[in-house]
Amino acid sequence: MIGLAFLYTVAGLLFAGWALLTLADRRHPKRIGSAAFWGLLALSFLAGDALGDLGNGLLVLALVAIAGTGQLARGSESTTDNADRAASARHHGNRLFLPALIVPATALIGTFAFKGITIAGVPLFDPKQLTLVSLALGVIIAIAVLMLWLRPPLAAPIEEGRRLVDAIGWAIILPQLLASLGAVFALAGIGGIIGGLAGTIIPEGSRFLAVLVFTLGMAGFTIIMGNAFAAFPVMMAAVGLPVLVVKLAGDPAIVAAIGMLAGFCGTLLTPMAANFNIVPAALLELDDRNAVIKAQVATALPLLAINTLLIWGLAFR
Amino acid sequence: MWPLLGIAVVVVGFALRFNPLVVIITAALTSGIAAGLDLPAVIAALGKAFNTNRYVSAPWIILPVIGLLERAGLRERARTVIAGVAGATTGRLLLAYLLLRQLTAALGLTGIAGHAQTVRPLLAPMAEAAAAAADPAITDEDRQKVRALAAATDNVGVFFGEDIFLAVASILLIKGFLETSGIIVSPLQLSVWAIPTAIAAFLVHGFRLLRHDRLARRKAVAK
Repeated sequence: MIGLAFLYTVAGLLFAGWALLTLADRRHPKRIGSAAFWGLLALSFLAGDALGDLGNGLLVLALVAIAGTGQLARGSESTTDNADRAASARHHGNRLFLPALIVPATALIGTFAFKGITIAGVPLFDPKQLTLVSLALGVIIAIAVLMLWLRPPLAAPIEEGRRLVDAIGWAIILPQLLASLGAVFALAGIGGIIGGLAGTIIPEGSRFLAVLVFTLGMAGFTIIMGNAFAAFPVMMAAVGLPVLVVKLAGDPAIVAAIGMLAGFCGTLLTPMAANFNIVPAALLELDDRNAVIKAQVATALPLLAINTLLIWGLAFR
Repeated sequence: MWPLLGIAVVVVGFALRFNPLVVIITAALTSGIAAGLDLPAVIAALGKAFNTNRYVSAPWIILPVIGLLERAGLRERARTVIAGVAGATTGRLLLAYLLLRQLTAALGLTGIAGHAQTVRPLLAPMAEAAAAAADPAITDEDRQKVRALAAATDNVGVFFGEDIFLAVASILLIKGFLETSGIIVSPLQLSVWAIPTAIAAFLVHGFRLLRHDRLARRKAVAK
């Protein structure tokens, strides 16, 4: 069955390729540290299951030590210059957009069509991981098509990927590390403590204030955790169910569905949601790490107010 | 109460702009030890979670594709195309993208666009080209603001579109949570209640996008 193992092998080989090219990059300002960073990440993806929990933990500490001491840096780029690109854009025209559609199209087809493929009764693709597996397939197909069509140097896919990932830098493992922090927080019982605190500040007798505590709690706890999924069970158990649904007879579907969206407003406001807010700032080469969040504040706050009013107005009819 | 110290570490660390990776490790160690775990146990818990969460970083395998396309001039082509569309402004372009992103996410197609796939190679250069056409003397600071707005538009589109789709993770999480509390709801009952917020998100963010055009025009005239 083709599943996560396939995806991790593809990613691990790519990271190993970045490590080797970094090592070969004689003009790289932090050659050894950067190569070690990509090498360790490759090790995690290719052999993480064999390292054991403590081994993986030490690997994480090493990755953070390299990045935290400034040993991960941008290397020299080997790519086309602006004149080459403008000429290529003129020459190829709108056909350039077609290979850009290969990955989304494969993801789309894979999500719907791969489900039914079985060999001797065993599904060929892991049904739970269809989107990620078809992403990997799409990437492989797109690289093959681009190599055959444009005939760049053989190392170009790895070199061009390295150029982009060097612009992102340490932020590349930030989302994965935040997810791990969430697991440690859960182990430490943080959710229960926060839920307990939120549950004690519900004012008596005011339906609107109770809704407000719930939506602000969803947004606020999402801002802390970076993920509305982590906030939802905590706030539902502390306020949503006991107060809004049981005591005030609110519609559980409305409270839960719109409560989750109040949490999403928090996601727009926090650097902890690195995938959405910090990584794109790096990817778009913005000087201000928080520029994307700042562009979202004036959308998130009115929407949080609207979600509060929606629960208040719709859930108690 | 002591495990909450980890949250304090995160808040202070981010506020003082320390390297976020170091802040996170410090927060994890702080909360773990405050909760009574010993140091190797916290490190092992962190390692276990890092290993099981590898799928979060796996989508980076798209970078070689984007890099190859950029090498061949995709961003330049995107700029040329938008310059040839009459009446294309930053705000209108982003508004069209917002609508498209919300509608496709509502159909469950969240993976077909994103910051690496569409924003960096296509949307941001197009939005920037439109902004430069409206104001040839645009500053680098304003260019960066346009790029940030493009990323923000992608986020708003996917967040407030995806919950209309029945089988999305958050809907399944809600259904599962309510079920363990003895409340049975169907995914459809939940996803219809994502529609009012989706419309509100389109109106609020759409208003801001069109307002961006008006402000940019005024700024260009003032120059």
